[in-house]
Amino acid sequence: MTMESSGNQRSRISPSALMTLFIMLVLSLAALIYGISILETYPDIGYIVLLFGFLGAAIATYALVQMRRRLSKLKIVIPPVTTTIECKKCGFKNVREFQRGDYIFKEVEPCQKCTDKMLISAIYREVKEKEKDRFPF
Amino acid sequence: MAQNPFGDSSISWIMNILFYVVFVVFIFYGQRIQMVVMLREVEGSLYKLKYIKEEGRKITVETIKEIGKPTTDPAARVDRFLEYFTIGPQGLDPAGIVWKLEHILDVRDTRFKDDVKLMAPSADDTQTNNLENTLEAAMALNYIYKVVRHFYLLGKKTYSLYVVMQIQMILPMVMKEAEAYASALKAFAYGQPIGDGAGALVAAKLMHGYETRKIAKDCVVATVPFEGRTAFVIKAEGPGGNVGKPGDAIKEVIDENDGKIATVIMIDAALKLEGEGLGEVAEGVGAAIGGPGVDQYKIEESLLKYHIPINAVIVKEDIGDAVSPLRKEIFDSVDNVVERVKQVVLERTKEGDKVIIAGIGNTIGVGQ
Repeated sequence: MTMESSGNQRSRISPSALMTLFIMLVLSLAALIYGISILETYPDIGYIVLLFGFLGAAIATYALVQMRRRLSKLKIVIPPVTTTIECKKCGFKNVREFQRGDYIFKEVEPCQKCTDKMLISAIYREVKEKEKDRFPF
Repeated sequence: MAQNPFGDSSISWIMNILFYVVFVVFIFYGQRIQMVVMLREVEGSLYKLKYIKEEGRKITVETIKEIGKPTTDPAARVDRFLEYFTIGPQGLDPAGIVWKLEHILDVRDTRFKDDVKLMAPSADDTQTNNLENTLEAAMALNYIYKVVRHFYLLGKKTYSLYVVMQIQMILPMVMKEAEAYASALKAFAYGQPIGDGAGALVAAKLMHGYETRKIAKDCVVATVPFEGRTAFVIKAEGPGGNVGKPGDAIKEVIDENDGKIATVIMIDAALKLEGEGLGEVAEGVGAAIGGPGVDQYKIEESLLKYHIPINAVIVKEDIGDAVSPLRKEIFDSVDNVVERVKQVVLERTKEGDKVIIAGIGNTIGVGQ
């Protein structure tokens, strides 16, 4: 199952807030550059401009990262479920995507090899585990 | 003359003043700042919960339309269903509370089934059970959302850090559960087997190919020759989503055999602790069954009457895996469980004995 974030969900982040953050980021970067350029001539003012530039850039970046994180969190992805069909007589196996109405031990279409009735022997989903943390326990 | 420890330049003075301002602000508003950060965290999760809840409702309505082919739009009835509640029995005088609880649960079950039939008139019994499970998952999501929203709004209204903290501290677990129910919704809607059905799957494997008969409500039993013994294998009737009444089923089989049962082996999925492997199999004693406790009580009563020993084999999984589509690790563990059951039967009973093997759990997507 894939639950994608809908347009409605995306729209809850207002464009004006996004624009403000971008303007803040640009201004902060400009302040940083300006602060560096005047640092030797006017060190006092230079440090203040640098301080505000740094703070502004940090706040804007944090807010933008948080926004992005929140959007990406609105997604629930579940790996596909597979159905294994098996012929008890000749052992022929067929693996396909799960279809509505499938259940374990359901008799399905005849075997392609021996025409005997086939049986759904397994229904499961496979999850690729993330690399395990290196805990000594 | 007092000297400024930060030097005499104006930038040092500004830094100095800034430091004191921040210090004073944190003294008076530290808790409030902490609360705002917590509220924002809860708010983010609340958005996600709202999205999951609405998606759940949408899936439920679509599934009912697709399977049940109702003549009118089921959305309003689904909304009403999502707000259903169950009031547990009064426990001031606990004598007989189990029967009162059972009665309430029976009424609830009947009411749910009747409502599903009204919503989806074309659904067969299996589909009705699956739809009931789907609705229950949507109901759980709706409830989780409302509880989190309650604490969030209460925190905002009272500006109490401790109100917000209560929900913020358990939020990761709440979100995990909500995500599990979200994936369960689709599994129920499609009738896919779930992790909780591990016990039912083991029983199905043991009884497959043998004649089954109905016993108790929504349960089946098969008499299976097993390692020179006679095994009465019990499970909920599949492939529709239901757990049956294994308590009644075990009692009936025991009574049918006048208590001459050498042992009862119960197989169920059990919550694992962090660090334990998914699908790990463990063995112990006692009635391995969850739920409100009615079935466990009945099983224990029946066993006590005839002094029958009870063994349990569990498959470990977390809450997310228990209600979402069956994972390969759990499916693979079924053979290990069968081996363990064989071992228990060989070690704990004699040839010719009668044993009960009960596979507990939701049998959705598992036939027999």
